[in-house]
Parts: sequence; C-alpha cells; structure tokens
Amino acid sequence: MTTLLRADGLSRTYKLPRTGVRSEKSVRHALVDMNLVINEGDKIGIVGESGSGKTTLARLLLGLDVPTTGSVSFLGDKLPLPDMRQFRRQIQVVFQDPRSSLNPRMSVEDIIIEPLECLGVEESHSARIEEVLSAVGLSHEMRSRYPHELSGGQRQRVAIARALAPRPRLLIADEPVSALDVLVRDEILALISDLTANLGLTLILISHDLSLIARLCDDVVVMQDGVAVERGKTTEVFRAPSHAFTKMLIASVPRLPTGQ
Amino acid sequence: MMRRNRTLIIGVSLVGFSAAVFLLSFFWTPYDPLEINPELSLTSPSTTHWMGTDENGRDILSNVIVGSRATLITGVFAVVICMVVGVSAGIATAMSPKWLESPAIFGIDIVLALPTVLFAIVLAAVYGPSTFTAVFAIGIALSASVAQVTRREVNGILLADYVTAARASGSGKLRIVRRHVLPNLRASLFVQATGASAIAILAESTLSYLGLGTPPPDPSWGRMMASLQQYLLIDPIFPLWPGIAIVITVLGFNLLGDGLREALDPTLRRDAE
Amino acid sequence: MTLLQVRNLTIRFGHRVVVDDVSFELEAGQRLGIIGESGSGKTLTSLAVIGLLPDTAAATGSILLDGQELMGKSDREFSSIRGNRIGMVFQEPLTALNPLMRVGKQIAQPLRIHRGMRMTAAIARAAELCARVGLPDPERVVRSYPHQLSGGQRQRIGLAIALACSPSLLIADEPTTALDVTVQQDVLKLINDLVRSEGSSLIFVSHDLPVVSSMAERVAVMRSGQVVELAAVNELFGAARHEYARMLVDAARRSDDDFIRVSERGRK
Repeated sequence: MTTLLRADGLSRTYKLPRTGVRSEKSVRHALVDMNLVINEGDKIGIVGESGSGKTTLARLLLGLDVPTTGSVSFLGDKLPLPDMRQFRRQIQVVFQDPRSSLNPRMSVEDIIIEPLECLGVEESHSARIEEVLSAVGLSHEMRSRYPHELSGGQRQRVAIARALAPRPRLLIADEPVSALDVLVRDEILALISDLTANLGLTLILISHDLSLIARLCDDVVVMQDGVAVERGKTTEVFRAPSHAFTKMLIASVPRLPTGQ
Repeated sequence: MMRRNRTLIIGVSLVGFSAAVFLLSFFWTPYDPLEINPELSLTSPSTTHWMGTDENGRDILSNVIVGSRATLITGVFAVVICMVVGVSAGIATAMSPKWLESPAIFGIDIVLALPTVLFAIVLAAVYGPSTFTAVFAIGIALSASVAQVTRREVNGILLADYVTAARASGSGKLRIVRRHVLPNLRASLFVQATGASAIAILAESTLSYLGLGTPPPDPSWGRMMASLQQYLLIDPIFPLWPGIAIVITVLGFNLLGDGLREALDPTLRRDAE
Repeated sequence: MTLLQVRNLTIRFGHRVVVDDVSFELEAGQRLGIIGESGSGKTLTSLAVIGLLPDTAAATGSILLDGQELMGKSDREFSSIRGNRIGMVFQEPLTALNPLMRVGKQIAQPLRIHRGMRMTAAIARAAELCARVGLPDPERVVRSYPHQLSGGQRQRIGLAIALACSPSLLIADEPTTALDVTVQQDVLKLINDLVRSEGSSLIFVSHDLPVVSSMAERVAVMRSGQVVELAAVNELFGAARHEYARMLVDAARRSDDDFIRVSERGRK
C-alpha cells in the first residue's frame, strides 16, 4: 500500500495584529499537531465547523501554505519539493464556491487548459479537454462559454474537470456541494462518487455535512479548533462516537419525519 | 454600456467635445493665435472676435482652441506615466514577499504625501519650466494614489479561490499577474485613469497659472487665466473663457469616470432573490 | 379570523416575473414553511408580507393581515406594522445588526417606537428578552456590541428584536443557515418555543427540507416563483403530488438514508 501523503506534527499558527498599542500580540492556532497518513485508494472525510482548521489543513497538504511546525511529505519526500510540478500533477483540488473558484474573465477552455499548460502535460491539450468535459457530463460546446453563462452545478463540473485534467492520483474536495442547490448537490455528489470509483482516485473530502461523509468516505477525522479530536472508520465513529464534540455533531443532524 | 446612464453620456460628450477642439486646433483656427494686433487690444466679444481679444490684440478664441493642446497633451502623457508607474508599483507591492511589502508601502506613502505643485516647482527651479517637467511632476505625484488603490484591488483579487486554484495548477507569479490579476483589474483601471485625467488636467492648469507649465508663446489655458485676470474690470468675460474650457474638460473626465463606474459595477450584481 | 391571507401575489422586476400568482393562508398560532431553491421567489414572497421589497419590484395581489389590506401601503404606514405586528429574523446575523450600536439599544428600539417606552424601561425589558432567548448574563449582553458576541448569540438577539413587541406573526428567513451546525438545533428549538409560548404564527423560509419540516405543520414548495405544492408535512413526505416536491423529498431521504446506513440510528 503506497502512502501518498503524510502530515507529521503539522501546525499552523497566525500572528494577529495588535488590537491596541499596549495589548500583547495574540496568536491564533489554526491547526495543532496534526498527524495524518493517506494511502492510495483511501477515501477520507474531514469533518468540522468553520474555524476547525479543515481548510488550513487542505492548504498545507496542497503545498499552498507553509506550516509553522511539522511537515507534509509526498511519497516520502518532504514539501516543498525542488520541482513542485510533479506533485501538483498528482494532487488536485476542488473548492467550495464555484462562483469564486473560476476566473470570471476566462472561458471554460482557458480554465481547464491552465493546469495542462503550467504543469507541462505532454498529451494533446485539446483532446484532454474534450475527454475531461465529457467525463463530467458537459457537452463540448461549453468550451467557449464563460462562468457567468453557466449554472452553479455546471460551474462546479468545470471545477472538477479542471482538477482532473492533469490526471491526478489524489483529489481534495473542500465543501464541494455546500454552495449548490439541494437537487444539484445530489448530481455532483454522484459525479464525484463515480469518478472516484472509475479513476481509482484517492479522495479527501472536507465537509461539515455528515451525510456526505457517510456516503463517500470510509474513514473520518473529526476536527475542532484546529485539533483532530476523533478519527476512525466512518461506520464506527458515527455509530459509537467517543468524543463529546462528535456526539454533538451527530445529534445535530436534522431528522426526517416519516410519511404517514 | 447602459443607454440610461446619463452621467456616462454627458461625460463622453464633454470629453468628446474637448477632444474635437484639440483635433480642430491642428487644422483651423479663426485667426493665428500668436498674431499681435495692438490696435485691437482688449476688445469685448464681437462678431469678428467671438471671445474678444487679449491685451496684445490676439484672438482669445484661437488661443483657447490651441491652448487645448498643452492641456490635453500634458494630461494624457501624465496619465500614461502615472498609470504605468502606479499600476506596476501596486501589483509589485501586493505580490512582493512580506519583508519587502512594508518598506514598499512606506515608499508609496511618502510619494503620496508629496504635494504635486511643490514637486513641480522644485523641478521647474532645477530644470526650468516646460511641458516636460509638468508632465513628469504630475505623473509621478499621481502614480502614488494609483499604486495604493491598485494594491488594495490586487490584494482582493489574490484572495479569490480562482487564484488559489491557479497556484494549485502550478501557475507562477508572472502568469497569475498576466492571466488573473490584470484582466480582473481592467474595470478599475479605466475608472482610475479617467479620474487621474481630471486631476492631471486641473494640475496642469494650476501649474501653467503659476507659470510653471508650458512656457510662452505656446498658449495654455492656465497661463491665459493668469494673464487675463488683471483685466477683469474691463470685461469680466476675458479670464472666464479659458476657465470655462478647463471646467468643461475636467467635469467631462470626472463624469466619464463616474459613469464608467456605474456602468461596470451593476454587471457584477445579479438579480435579487 | 385568519391571521394572514395572501392571494394572487405577483412580483415583477420590469418585465421579469419572479413571484407568480402565489396564494396561501395562515391561522393564528400556525406555522408555515416555505421551501425552495435559490431563485424560487421564497425570500421575495416573505419580504412582500413585511413590506420590504426593493424599490425596483412591482407587486400586485392581496395581502390581508387580520383582514387589513397591506398591499399598496406606503413605507410610513408599514413602519407601524413592522417590528410591531410582524417581526422578521434574517439569515446573516452579522449584517442584520448595527455594528455601531449596543445590542440592548437595538432591542429597545422597537419598544420605544411602538410602545412609547422610555429608554431605561426599554433597556430593562431588553435584558428580560435576552434572558428569554437563552442568553446568559443578560445585563452584560445588553451592554455589548454585536462583534463581541458569537453568531448564535447574535441570532438570538435578532430574535429578541423581532419578538420585542409580541408580534402576531414572525417571519424567519434562513435564520440558521449561516450558523454552525451544533448551534443550529438550539436556535431552531428556541424559535419553536418562543412562537408557541407567544401564540404567534410563524413563516419559516428555507432551502433545507429536513429543517423546514421540523419547524412547520404545513409546507409550501416554491419553484420558479410558483407554489407547486402546499401540504401538511406528513402528507408531503408520504405522498407528495407534484414531481418537483417529490424530487426534493427523495433527495432529503437519500441523505438521511446515507447517514442512517452508516450510523444505524433509528428514527426518533
């Protein structure tokens, strides 16, 4: 079993600006001493509320931020690597809000071609764009459209297409459906689920929504205030949570009335 | 561009009018602006001289028409300098590493504190007054506020998810500037450029008024106001003509900027739910 | 008498129809949920009832509150109704409160305007309301500024303001969407408790079907400006008639099933 990504003692602290001339400099612990092992084929869910550190963790794992202490390793080598391009080809990301994750001034074609150009992908870019658009269920006439001409669901499909273009091994999805309408959420989740299965992707799903995690992830890490408070197999953690916070999260899931 | 945007329409008309006068100055003026007619000194507006004549009997209308050259050329070049320098400084500062950013911001603040006119006086004292010193002084002084606004905008753009996505796709800084920052800065740049034009033209008029701009014999609105104001009692209309010309041009650019801002913003606002 | 009767409400922006011939009724003490996705017109409908439509919107139809016609009332006439007979809680607690005014004063405002109370008496009542909405240490809270409180606390303040004058109707538009999941349940329970003890009616607007179904006895499903189904909650989940409503119920069921399957928890 290949370990793709590892986090060892990962911490990220932010120095906050002084609130007054005489007050002390305070510090915000966004992530505290995080250890994580991600093997090929894993489907891991990271659960937490806003401020839990889940997005900070994602950025550090993507090499988009530098940890205060600790390290992130890719295939055994510590980040940052001398040539980050290989790394970026293998690890890609889908963000939460499709309105802000696509450059409004770039066409769908430009958006998807960007990773191909920047990461020096050898295969025909045009062909790859076609491939990846059809994989996410978009017709090829979408190539010339602009984000504001697309619906929320279509935009998110474009974001997924962009992430898949360089043929990554690992996909990080940060709240991929929370900004979408309820009916569209289902479609996109099904898409992510299918793609993960068909392409043999390793998946890190970040969400506050437990039913998403339940649907897509075998393992789960529960985070609160920058700390991983509980982790394990999704079924075990949801069935018999041990930490108070996890218990509270599970109790907060709204229940449906029965139809009578 | 919305048809109902009156501000924009008026702005475009006024600026267009000034530009038309500018072009006209190369082809035709009622009289030779430099021709001296001492016997016609200080005549009020009449059918032969629509704006009257100055103390040397020169036709004021012709001088106003040709005076547009000094103003608009200085204005345009000054704006070009201030935009190129200001935008580059703004982007560079916003994207520079932490240790460089603070001193850079400080540097911009210092130039910002520099009074345009004082700077021009100093330059004029050293190099002698000319169109060039005026252009340079105005351009540099205005570049600082352009740099500040640009820096703030760029910082906002850099926070967007699509920039993070670009970084995750392997984009280097230069590519991010070219493909993500500049295109999204376009709207703001148009607005800033028009605003800067209004200020530049006003500044040029001020400098000419003080004798620090385009030197004689080339006509310039500011200088005309300075020389004609002493004849107010003979006919108050004399210094008013170049003044009106300045007002029309400056107002035109201001309204153009406001209209552009109005026209470009609503496209970002979608429907209310 | 029926508390609220909305008949043939139609809202247009220029030529674009955003709310299309919407009708529903609400008796005193009843709770109605309005569910729809973005663009369904649910928020505009609720804004129409409280007279807060944007100037660019043109509304026709009839809105009767206790038999009194609200449609066509001027802003001035409406201001004696807002905060008095109809209260509203909004989605974003951060922007719904004035950041520069102490929270106690903001709760006191409707009391002073509609009940003519003096400032000291109003602030005292505000502290009582803070305790009522479950805020600890009401004396301190009343003197705080919004940024000193958490999101959940701010939303409770929003509730206190909306309920200060014991309105007969409370409108809540996605009141918990912007809050952390762990806080949401508490705020929802609070709304239910307050509405019940005051005997007020409730219009609860949201995109989240499971949440709406716990907050209302009847649900109006909106899509593209129209009410496609109006039914009791149990009816909706048992045998929804309109295809769109069925799709929403199915999607909610699927999420629920995913969760149940993994956690094997029985339904409450």
